[in-house]
Amino acid sequence: MMDQILRFISVSDANVRYVLIGSMLLGMAAGIIGTFALLRKRSLLGDALAHAALPGVGLGFLLTLSKSIVPLFIGASIAGILGVLTIIGITRTNRIKQDAAIGITLSVYFGAGIVLLTYIQRLPSGNQSGLDKFLFGQAASMLPSDIMMMSIVSLLVILIVIALFKEFRLLIFDQAFLATLGYPVHILDILLMVLVVFVVMIGLQAVGVVLMAALLITPAAGARFWTENLRSMIILAAVFGAFSGVVGTFLSSLAPRIPTGPVMVLAATMFFVISAVSAPRRGLAAKLLQLRHNRRKMQQEHFLRAAIEWLELHHESKAIPLKAFIGRTEMPISKLKRVTAWLIDKRMIKFSSSNHIQLTQKGYDKALQIVKSHRLWEYYLLYRMQLQEDHLHRDADEIEHILTPDLIDQIEKILQNEGVDTSNVVSVHPLHQ
Amino acid sequence: MELSAAFWIILTGSLVAASCGILGSFLVLRKMSLIGDAISHSVLPGIAIAFIISASRDVLPMIIGASAFGLLTVFLIEILNKKWRVQEDASIGIIYTALFAIGVILISMMAGHIDLDQECVLYGEIAYTPWDIVIINGAEWGPRPVWFIGTVFIINILFIRTFYKEMVISSFDPALAMSLGFNVSLLHYLFMGMVSLTTVASFESVGAILVVAMLIVPGATAYLWTNRLPVMLILSVIFGILSSVFGYLLATYWESSIAGAMTVAAGILFLVSILLAPQYGLLGKFYNHLKLSVSFASDHLLLLLYRQLEREPQTLVIPGAVYQSTSTGRLPTLLALMKNRRDGRISKRKKHLYLTDSGKEMAHQLIQRHRLWERFASRELGLPDDEHVHESAHRMEHFIDENITEELYQVVNNEKSSKSKAKDKYEKK
Repeated sequence: MMDQILRFISVSDANVRYVLIGSMLLGMAAGIIGTFALLRKRSLLGDALAHAALPGVGLGFLLTLSKSIVPLFIGASIAGILGVLTIIGITRTNRIKQDAAIGITLSVYFGAGIVLLTYIQRLPSGNQSGLDKFLFGQAASMLPSDIMMMSIVSLLVILIVIALFKEFRLLIFDQAFLATLGYPVHILDILLMVLVVFVVMIGLQAVGVVLMAALLITPAAGARFWTENLRSMIILAAVFGAFSGVVGTFLSSLAPRIPTGPVMVLAATMFFVISAVSAPRRGLAAKLLQLRHNRRKMQQEHFLRAAIEWLELHHESKAIPLKAFIGRTEMPISKLKRVTAWLIDKRMIKFSSSNHIQLTQKGYDKALQIVKSHRLWEYYLLYRMQLQEDHLHRDADEIEHILTPDLIDQIEKILQNEGVDTSNVVSVHPLHQ
Repeated sequence: MELSAAFWIILTGSLVAASCGILGSFLVLRKMSLIGDAISHSVLPGIAIAFIISASRDVLPMIIGASAFGLLTVFLIEILNKKWRVQEDASIGIIYTALFAIGVILISMMAGHIDLDQECVLYGEIAYTPWDIVIINGAEWGPRPVWFIGTVFIINILFIRTFYKEMVISSFDPALAMSLGFNVSLLHYLFMGMVSLTTVASFESVGAILVVAMLIVPGATAYLWTNRLPVMLILSVIFGILSSVFGYLLATYWESSIAGAMTVAAGILFLVSILLAPQYGLLGKFYNHLKLSVSFASDHLLLLLYRQLEREPQTLVIPGAVYQSTSTGRLPTLLALMKNRRDGRISKRKKHLYLTDSGKEMAHQLIQRHRLWERFASRELGLPDDEHVHESAHRMEHFIDENITEELYQVVNNEKSSKSKAKDKYEKK
């Protein structure tokens, strides 16, 4: 085992080296083209294409009776393009929707492919033709000439995308603009589809018909979590794709029984899950953190507001008993303890005795601001939106935390124009005793 | 023996097709065809795990494993789509490929230990069905797959019968279903559970590829023929059965995979329906288009002959001339001429065409309508009094029926009139 790993890492085995380069390039090309397909909302077209290619592989073999890659590639490409045309034809001519059209094309072409392959296997020359490798892919068993083909097409696809990057970007985001610039939109669209066809066709041998879609979709969808920028998304998708290729080749060179395709797909899925969880902003962890941050901010603001409300009722004293907060904030005691600790950290409150707290100047200013925005919003709801008084408090509670200072100023101006005195805002409803 | 083998194979295929067809109709209507596709791929790891744990081809562990993974697929796709904001098609693609990959890896790791391989799962070995016989107390009870898929078929029928109303409403109007208090998402998962169960039952005997095809193609084919759901369900079953019979014949002829040939047969039926279906098929559309063209041509023809009557000196119209003078093309004009001669509006004497009395009346009405529209367009719609008015009248005259004529007459003349009045006017002339 160690020996194998060493051989892999040192890339001393020429065959492993070829396969590694091939599947890396394939992963990159698929990631790049997949990004465009994803943004163009055509992810599953690649899936349909891959399935549709199978009868083309069979026919390519039947016509030339050779397993060399070029006729198979041409046959697969033609069948794939026919498949796309079939989908477009079905949706254009009648009431069948795109999802069903994709499903029909995918299954019927695939069925036809299976019929051809089983027919070929009965031919004297068809025995051990190895065409069934196309179903699941086996990168390790590819010939150097196959890998050469794969690398050339991948490089070609990558170069075309680099050359036509601006045009493709407009094709995805602003077709009308592209057309006014005088570009042939349809031809560019078709070119993009043809590039998808090419990538799918070279991927068939490595990952197989069923799983080819994953190489197009999964890295691109993973990259989408990280960035809003097309260029960085493409680069990331290419990196994910390339690494999936490396991992797939590596594991299946360790255990030759395991086909390369599924391992590559699982590696890509792993990158996707990692992205979904850990990407900044759009990632799951980032969202949870943001949610927790918002919740904590809200609890602190409720606490501060409760402090002001208590002070308004008790002019004589500055030290607020902790138990006054229990009813006002509706927080359990354990929560209150934590909120108190956060506010002490921020130097907004301090303990004046063991069970009384006092607002610092900083805390007092902040609390006044919160109370003011809360009440201004209530005024606004009452006078402008004419809500019932008993509905006010809850609605104000929900929105006051997301009102920005600008909005508060705006509301204040509106209310002043309507003759409401905003210099000293008092609560529109009785305060909690 | 040959014949009975064929019988069992076709029966299995038909049962699969019928079970999938019923569910598939709802998948097509709910625009969820690809979720059916995804499920039929992603139950593979469930089946593999059931194999590993039970170390047998027992039905029950397989059902449990596959159904669990079927529901897991739907659940994960929904999470990706709704919670993680991944596009729906991409979510489907990511989940089913990942699960299928796991399945393939599991199976290839166990290769040699069990008699299950990837190719078998994909193609399905429906050809072996007749030899997998259930034997109870020494008596032969027919092939096991027939029992299995037959049971599932009955469960499917019971499911649809029980929840028919709920399925219909939640398929066509989910908001209404929700407001009526149905538990839409529970029903959704029940339905997906049925799809998983059917998939696994079919999987074992016919392979994934035929399941995908039968889930989508017969339902979509039936959808082309009818607008009524009960008819669609029955048709989808019929198309499914036809595909399996026809496919079996193709497979014996080509000596190829039976499941693949059944899929191809379903595809051929779909293609034929695209051409022939009355309302949505290409021929049906062509027929409707032709009918409209013929009615245009007929109007043009009558007007042409009527204008010849008014012209001095009267020129005579020969049939060859009408083809150039109408703008609707040769075939519709020819058909319109035949139709009008049959209905006695146009007669032919000495190679010339004449309007009969009823033809004259018809043409007169057309001209009336034409002029009525011109006046309406000019006075009420304020179109300028040039080609604008004439052009629009030229197009509208074909569509104005008696009721609209009446309305227009009232609007234009600001008065009540009756059909009889218009008729009187004509007769006085």
